[in-house]
Amino acid sequence: MRGDTLLLGTRKGLLIYERKGSDWRLARVAHSGTPVAYASVDARDGAMWACLDHGHWGQKLSRSRDRGATWEELAAPRYPDGTEISDGFPVPGTERPRKPATLRYLWVFQEGGRDEPERVYLGTEPGGLFVSNDKGASFELVRALWDHPSRLDAWAGGGRDQPGIHSIVVDPRDSRHVLVAISSAGVFETRDGGATWNPRNRGTTVDYSPTPDAEVGQDVHCLVACPAAPDRLWQQNHFGIWKSDDGAANWIKVSQPEGPARFGFPIAVDERDARTAWVVPAKGDQDRAAFAERLTVCRTTDAGATWTALRNGFPDEPTFDIVYRHALDLAGARLALGSTTGNVYWSDDRGESWRALSHHLPPVYSVRFA
Amino acid sequence: MARVRFTPHLVRFFPDLRECEVDAVSVRDAVRELDRRFPGLAAYLVDERGALRKHVVIFVDERALIDREALGDPLGPASSVYVFQALSGG
Repeated sequence: MRGDTLLLGTRKGLLIYERKGSDWRLARVAHSGTPVAYASVDARDGAMWACLDHGHWGQKLSRSRDRGATWEELAAPRYPDGTEISDGFPVPGTERPRKPATLRYLWVFQEGGRDEPERVYLGTEPGGLFVSNDKGASFELVRALWDHPSRLDAWAGGGRDQPGIHSIVVDPRDSRHVLVAISSAGVFETRDGGATWNPRNRGTTVDYSPTPDAEVGQDVHCLVACPAAPDRLWQQNHFGIWKSDDGAANWIKVSQPEGPARFGFPIAVDERDARTAWVVPAKGDQDRAAFAERLTVCRTTDAGATWTALRNGFPDEPTFDIVYRHALDLAGARLALGSTTGNVYWSDDRGESWRALSHHLPPVYSVRFA
Repeated sequence: MARVRFTPHLVRFFPDLRECEVDAVSVRDAVRELDRRFPGLAAYLVDERGALRKHVVIFVDERALIDREALGDPLGPASSVYVFQALSGG
């Protein structure tokens, strides 16, 4: 059942764990030695997808149809001739130098809706969303988003040099309704399968900017929707945690001003209860380590009105773990997280208690149940 | 015919890759011909603009490639080409 397989995208390959009784067993190492930026399973057909970040040979896309035993390399998406990016950070009133666009990073894979079995998406740096309508045999750049008038002027890198599309949310009620999150630009929405896109950032603020309420330029770190109530969205943002009750039309800040639930990268929402979400707090943008030097998960069960710090099972000693935006996942009552320090923890009781899967893994980039 | 040798690291992805000869007047031509023989190889060496990837190195007659953007360095009939990568990281 979903939740009994755990895919860890790490700096040293894809580690596939299987649940055995009350513990986990390393079933397979795939792409050994190669950084795996993201790996997940297409829930529609069980295919396993891995976004590879070869240091020398570029970004590659790989797929397995036999649970990771054998892999086929697919042609990675290509930025079309003539596409350009802006270099450097946006400064209002000035035009940044332009450079040709080339694929720099495969941030995330997302399958399309149940009613479009051939469609898959890839979110990439430098800011391109790619779509395939033949299950990855070919990809094309989603031009309407790429050509959005805000991109060359107001999108920026966040962490990496160029803007990255790291979150893709397909509405389970309507596959033509898709939300993406871009760091740093914010949330964008299409309701017509990608033909037109609009920013959806009303209410979020980018506090380091002279124009914190700007419609585009918001620093979202991770975007998720509750599958059972997709109009309730959550985002972990550079400047706090926001929720939306109206399908991203408006955002309401729900983080704790003094923490711990404030700064961080990942956020997960319960599959049925849209009021329940989890984050993994970090100190802040200038000191990216575990909040108060104690690995902590915060959970809300009242749509962000209150947060509970959950620490049962985490070490009671200084920890410096950072959990990246794709390195927290849930399946039912089960949660798992992985850190850049190579620690992976899991919980079978919605985060009330945690157990270590390993303390000795490579830096973890993504954690996904299958 | 220019003679081309490869780092063994590429054999992991292209198991049939061996030292070979190509009929090419430039490195760009050679990469195109190599991609025909080993489909997908070019994407490991150059980006979608055709520029040499940052950490890939090509030597022509024991001299590092000059034109990393378009791979226009000429090849003679007896040229030797060596394709490898700068190892890094930990």
